[in-house]
Amino acid sequence: MTARERIAGNVAGYVDDRTGAAKWMKKNLTKVFPDHWSFLLGEICLYSFIILLLSGTFLTFWFDPSMREVVYDGSYEPLKGLEMSAAYASTLDISFEVRGGLLMRQIHHWAALIFMVGIVVHLLRVYFTGAFRKPREFNWIIGVGLLTLGIVEGFLGYSLPDDLLSGTGIRIAEAIIQALPLVGSYLAFFAFDGAFPGTSFIPRIYTVHVLLLPGIFLALITVHLMLVWYQKHTQFPGPGRTEKNVVGYPLMPVYMAKAGGFFFIVFGVTAFLGAVAYINPIWLYGPYTPGQISAGSQPDWYMGWLDGLVRMAPPIETHAFGHTISWNILIPGLILPGIMFTGLALYPFIESWATGDKREHHLLDRPRNTPNRTAIGVMALTFTLVSLINGGNDIIATTFHLTINQMMWFSRIAIIVLPPIAFVITKRLCLSLQRADRDLVLHGRETGRLVRMPSGEFVEVHEPISPEKAWLLTSHEQLAPLELPEHDASGVRRAGSIKNKIRNRVSRAAAVAVPKATETERRELEGHH
Amino acid sequence: MSNEIELIKDPGLPAHVHRSTDTDPKAAARAERQVAILFGLSAIGTLTLIYSYIFIKDDVFIFIPILGQTHLQQLGIGMGMAIALFCVGAGLIHWAKTLMPDEEVIAQRHEFRSEDEDRSEFIKTVKEGASAAGLGRRPLIKSSLGAALGLSALSPILLLRDLGPLPKDDLSKTSWKAGTRLVTDPGDRPLRPEDLEVGAVAQTLPEIASGEHRLLSDIGKDAVLLIRLRPEEFNLDAERLSWTHEGIIAFSKICSHMGCAVALYEQQTKHLLCPCHQSTFDVTRAAKVIFGPAARPLPQLAITVDAEGYLVAQAPFNEPVGPSFWERSS
Repeated sequence: MTARERIAGNVAGYVDDRTGAAKWMKKNLTKVFPDHWSFLLGEICLYSFIILLLSGTFLTFWFDPSMREVVYDGSYEPLKGLEMSAAYASTLDISFEVRGGLLMRQIHHWAALIFMVGIVVHLLRVYFTGAFRKPREFNWIIGVGLLTLGIVEGFLGYSLPDDLLSGTGIRIAEAIIQALPLVGSYLAFFAFDGAFPGTSFIPRIYTVHVLLLPGIFLALITVHLMLVWYQKHTQFPGPGRTEKNVVGYPLMPVYMAKAGGFFFIVFGVTAFLGAVAYINPIWLYGPYTPGQISAGSQPDWYMGWLDGLVRMAPPIETHAFGHTISWNILIPGLILPGIMFTGLALYPFIESWATGDKREHHLLDRPRNTPNRTAIGVMALTFTLVSLINGGNDIIATTFHLTINQMMWFSRIAIIVLPPIAFVITKRLCLSLQRADRDLVLHGRETGRLVRMPSGEFVEVHEPISPEKAWLLTSHEQLAPLELPEHDASGVRRAGSIKNKIRNRVSRAAAVAVPKATETERRELEGHH
Repeated sequence: MSNEIELIKDPGLPAHVHRSTDTDPKAAARAERQVAILFGLSAIGTLTLIYSYIFIKDDVFIFIPILGQTHLQQLGIGMGMAIALFCVGAGLIHWAKTLMPDEEVIAQRHEFRSEDEDRSEFIKTVKEGASAAGLGRRPLIKSSLGAALGLSALSPILLLRDLGPLPKDDLSKTSWKAGTRLVTDPGDRPLRPEDLEVGAVAQTLPEIASGEHRLLSDIGKDAVLLIRLRPEEFNLDAERLSWTHEGIIAFSKICSHMGCAVALYEQQTKHLLCPCHQSTFDVTRAAKVIFGPAARPLPQLAITVDAEGYLVAQAPFNEPVGPSFWERSS
């Protein structure tokens, strides 16, 4: 035993004497984690959250969350002598007077963008591989909650500097609140302590941004991780991997080193971006005043789809009985996002209802093997992408010399036409890929080697694929459609027959598949050769 | 039939292949050196950070291709930090990948569902607990508890009431009155018609007494845009035409959609465009919406000149300005 091992042993003993944690620690330090690059996406979110906490704490030391009017007297000449809020002035001070302050601001903003990208891509990975299925539905819902809160937190964060651009964003948020039927103007006056913009809003959202939401984030992330830990991570299918095991590397030391190292890499990349890539140069926008605006006003990307929906909304308002309902605000600003996020949160339950599959799943799906789910995902993504594109329609129009009208009409039509087309194409593509898998297993891979037969005919030589690959391509399960009774024995419609009919039809659509290759077929083909 | 079909079999976990660092001590020593070099680079990064923080002056800018004029101190601190962090991470991962064991381990899962016996005990306990509490048998307790809890939810809502004043008719009113002068923003200079050439635009606010402070909340409702056209270019009814003065027409600058400042005026087409959501208003037709999500024209302010020849409002706005709200009647 080396001296070092003895020290490690003493430390472990010291901890156990005081906590009795030996049994628990033994089990958890050797916990096995499956390895796949896509499992790093969630880690990116966690690490950028930590970076956000660290850089955000730094910023709070100098930021003054107040709308008190001050006259700027800092080192940035163009704004000298201008009246502005203390929030904006202190953000300028962080950028120009504090050494490394601008860097920290940029790290904070970049980390927020990476956090949101990480969440979205992580969500797509979980969705398209079916990792949300039983027993992981709770974690899916927590994830959707984190996504929603992330959007709100990001919006509040870039609103805090109180520059011309962010103030415009708050103005739009106020208009959405104000548009609520019945209570809108009351809620708006309560939120802003009177007419917009008032003098209370920045300090209020500051408390929410630095205390309330980060607290909720911490709690949700903790539960999210504990569930991952307790339920053990899902794994991709492959040789030796089953629903009953986890194949991977132990936490100590391999995963600790890899995950710890990855934290430093994410932090390093964020610092690099903060050092070289200017983001949100608030000194160029000037202080907020409701009578001014800068052209090309854009929200951050995770709000862009929402702004895009608002931009393409048809100009409809109802005026009746002395009241106004702004459909042009309510539909794109509240109703559609509400439907989208509710659908997202409920998806695991909808799918298990449609397929009748109530079993536990720990092996991930290859997206092609669940054509319906994949197609629904691509359809939803297409919808969101069209909205996001329309959120930048002014920038796109000026960049590509289009008119804003062309962009808007493209989006208005595309948002209705493209998603269903995306669904059909994706489903066909998945089935084609299944067919290609089947061919690969039955006929082997193309070697690119052409052989001339005695008859003069050219043929390409195929080589059988490895047993590992053949297993990977055929190990998935193909669900049979539901056959719920729609009539009773005497042919009379049963109670709930309509529900059963819908379920039968949906599950038939979900079960469409190219039959996977079997050993029997392979043998038969060999016989023919 | 289905019994006869034989599926392709799981060949099991492939045999472990050793890395060169597992078998070749030289390769292992090389990997160790590489890890150490990465950690060394990290230290250099930290030294760069310290040097930049202390010794680089705040006013030094250098030109770097792609980045352009760059603040050297921020760049030094940032790059130092980036290198310091990234290299520690790269070193750790390289260490794990080359020198730590890479043999895959198999752990077993268990189903989350408990044993049937435990489960039925658990369900029984819950059922017994529920019936022992007797909520079902004691409807009075159930309904009074529900009512009490529901009522208590009112208190947090009530306690938030003092967040702000009631709106009253605040959303419907602006500072404009009959005879209020239009003054430039910024500058607070009163305007005469001849200050505006045909095709010109001016941003204005209502005049306030000198020494008085203008609130942002007032600007958010009072901002008015003046545009001068040739009078024959208007396509207005008689009343609206009488609200203009010598070809000068005044609109609320606050978008009727979501309240952004409608600041983009296109001289050729005489269109006003809101940069937020691209609602487009035709100035010649009393700011009628010709494109985009806005549902109402921008409110028009009736203007004229006072005895001294300065532009003034004839009357207050005859409708609320800015985005719609529930109590708005038209």
